[in-house]
Amino acid sequence: MKTPLKTTPLLDLHRELGGKIVPFAGWSMPIQFAGVMEEHRCVREKVGLFDVSHMGEIEVTGPGSLDYLQYLVTNDVSTLVDGSILYSVMCYENGGVVDDLLVHRHSQDHYFLCVNASNTDKDFEWATGQSNGFDVEVKNISQQTSQLALQGPRALEVLKSLTDEKIETIAYYHFLRGQVGGIDCIISRTGYTGEDGFELYLPAESATALARHLLEAGAPHGIQPIGLGARDTLRLEMGYALYGQEINSDIHPLEARLGWVVKLDKENEFCGKTALVKARAEGIQRRLVGLKMSARGVPRSHYKILKEGVPVGEVTSGTFSPTLNTGIAMGFVPAGQSKSGEKFEIEIRGQGVSAEVVPLPFVPSHVKK
Amino acid sequence: MEVPNDLLYTREHEWVRVKDSKGIVGITDFAQDQLGDVVFVEQPQAGTELTKDATFGVVESVKTVSDLFAPVSGKVTVANTELEAKPELVNSAPYGDGWIVEIEITDTKELDDLLTPEAYTAFIQEQEQD
Repeated sequence: MKTPLKTTPLLDLHRELGGKIVPFAGWSMPIQFAGVMEEHRCVREKVGLFDVSHMGEIEVTGPGSLDYLQYLVTNDVSTLVDGSILYSVMCYENGGVVDDLLVHRHSQDHYFLCVNASNTDKDFEWATGQSNGFDVEVKNISQQTSQLALQGPRALEVLKSLTDEKIETIAYYHFLRGQVGGIDCIISRTGYTGEDGFELYLPAESATALARHLLEAGAPHGIQPIGLGARDTLRLEMGYALYGQEINSDIHPLEARLGWVVKLDKENEFCGKTALVKARAEGIQRRLVGLKMSARGVPRSHYKILKEGVPVGEVTSGTFSPTLNTGIAMGFVPAGQSKSGEKFEIEIRGQGVSAEVVPLPFVPSHVKK
Repeated sequence: MEVPNDLLYTREHEWVRVKDSKGIVGITDFAQDQLGDVVFVEQPQAGTELTKDATFGVVESVKTVSDLFAPVSGKVTVANTELEAKPELVNSAPYGDGWIVEIEITDTKELDDLLTPEAYTAFIQEQEQD
């Protein structure tokens, strides 16, 4: 039996705006509107609106919230204050990654997690399973929560015209609760594009109204609706990991350049710590790197990475970079060959095409630090 | 979706414009729309022998990669080298400046297997419904 695809409240609006709708991670989502290149540039130069309502939200409440989250995720949740956000991963006992996620702290006994669309059910089950012995309630609020992302150098200006909140004072990886266009939202200064911007969480029934407000307010700034195609090229130019590609249950975060979110020295035990301590002690065998093509050709996920003709790794994500006008990729290579400047070939239709390890991100980030 | 009525088509979304014993080959408006922004076209050089239905090149878009299939057998007389610098012509003018190769057709009888504009229109309408 074919499972029907899930839809976000914005599906009709996507169609109205000329979006090309495709199945993605169990959802009907727009892959593009005007075209990936145009949308990509619109976000880098002006401002774009993304429907990311397919992402999952999990609420954690109760006096045991902090201790529970410290056990659930690898990063140090105790560093959060009210209104701040932490990027982390959660790991299985063997160190493989369950998912990457954002942890938002409302108060000491109220947090919410934003997780990947395709992993929401798995994550909720996992998070619930880990809650034994902690005085917490873990709730999946994905169904009633929508998420819109407004990203690009003009995002602040557009959003300001719709709210009285002092959104310019929100620091990167912080949020506040307030109204946008008369709708109650969580307004966070986060995103997935490397540009300044905001992510708005709101009740699903208000999502279409807010999207229309944003498109109208953004019209003088050249706003465009952005599909998943450009979302992927934007995130790949930033070298951000994507679950299912750079990270999954067989990859541990130390290999995937996510060592910075693994706090082996934090006070609390966390799931996967023993395995990660062991992995670090034994030495990391492979590492995720950024690769830039030195010749024509577009790398794609699962293409082989060769060293002098011998396969040594695999591309996890690859695309044509609209900003650099060349093929770029991320992939795993032997740890000893992961330094910038290291030369490889990527096998494209039987030919080894030259590529070089470059520092990430591929293009400079413009987030408000 | 534009389907000019003076061309013949394949189920792989190539078109051929026949003039005397020569044919100009490109990909259809439907195909370029499905592919999205084209960033690279791999073409055969002049002189290459093409076999009907065999792959003869590749179109890479930002999103995906797609093989090109020869609508008929023949020898490449000219390749559209303008696509090296401007692959986006495939998107903006699929039936014009975005053409891919010109071939000397070996056996004009093979043209009988191709789709008429009406048949191709019906074919893409079916695909859009899927």
